[in-house]
Amino acid sequence: MPAMPSSVVLSFEQQLVDSRSYLMRFARLQLRNDAWAEDAVSETVLAALAKPQSFGNRSQLKTWLVGILKHKIIDTLRHHRREACTLDGDDADAHSDPLEFIAFKQDGHFSQAPADWGDPEQQASSRQFFVILETCASKLPPVQGRLFLMREWLELSSEEICKELSLTPTNLYVQLHRARLRLRECLELNWFSRPKAT
Amino acid sequence: MIPFKRSCKEVAALIVAREDRSLPLADRLAVRLHMGICSACPKFERQLQLMRHAMQQWRKDENAEPGQHSSGNTQGG
Repeated sequence: MPAMPSSVVLSFEQQLVDSRSYLMRFARLQLRNDAWAEDAVSETVLAALAKPQSFGNRSQLKTWLVGILKHKIIDTLRHHRREACTLDGDDADAHSDPLEFIAFKQDGHFSQAPADWGDPEQQASSRQFFVILETCASKLPPVQGRLFLMREWLELSSEEICKELSLTPTNLYVQLHRARLRLRECLELNWFSRPKAT
Repeated sequence: MIPFKRSCKEVAALIVAREDRSLPLADRLAVRLHMGICSACPKFERQLQLMRHAMQQWRKDENAEPGQHSSGNTQGG
């Protein structure tokens, strides 16, 4: 293969090096454990090196790498399945009702009607919104965060998650339920009730 | 009629639950009937819908570099 001027085309290796921080961001978010994340990203880069390919643009390379990373992350979660869903201090809201993030009256009615969050398309056009969304996801307690992102980022079904982690459906649903309510609360506080800067 | 009657709190729990599992028919029916007579729960439902939509968009935009997030109106995918 004729050598390309390095100033024009980055080597495949250099592109992989440049992708590391990006891959680590997702690995950390999903695994919530720096050592596991380092390993999953290293495995991803190794697998990529084993079958070098050229891509038309950075985004295609990233899509390819993220696809590999997702598989490596599922392997990691499977391998650490016990630790991955062992509740620690941060997850210790185990006995509270997650719906208490929302105030209800004695008779089961909302104390205050939920706020109007507006148009989904409008939120989705704001980059800042996604920064808040990702921050809120990263602030979930570790077990909730892992399970929630297995649903929402790895796009596994509830059945698949239970199988991979040897979880009972009840355990999974309780954690996902808490995660969704926490995320809702976090978005409400940090995005939807922010002073409108116009 | 009582089997279909649910409080807002119960309906809110079902609206969250159905993001991850399919609900039994009786619960689906109860949610549906409740939505017709409640003004607060449909708002809660819209919040959950917005979150679902946002996560979808976040997945789709995961290749966007920080600082160059695509707009929400990209065609196809």
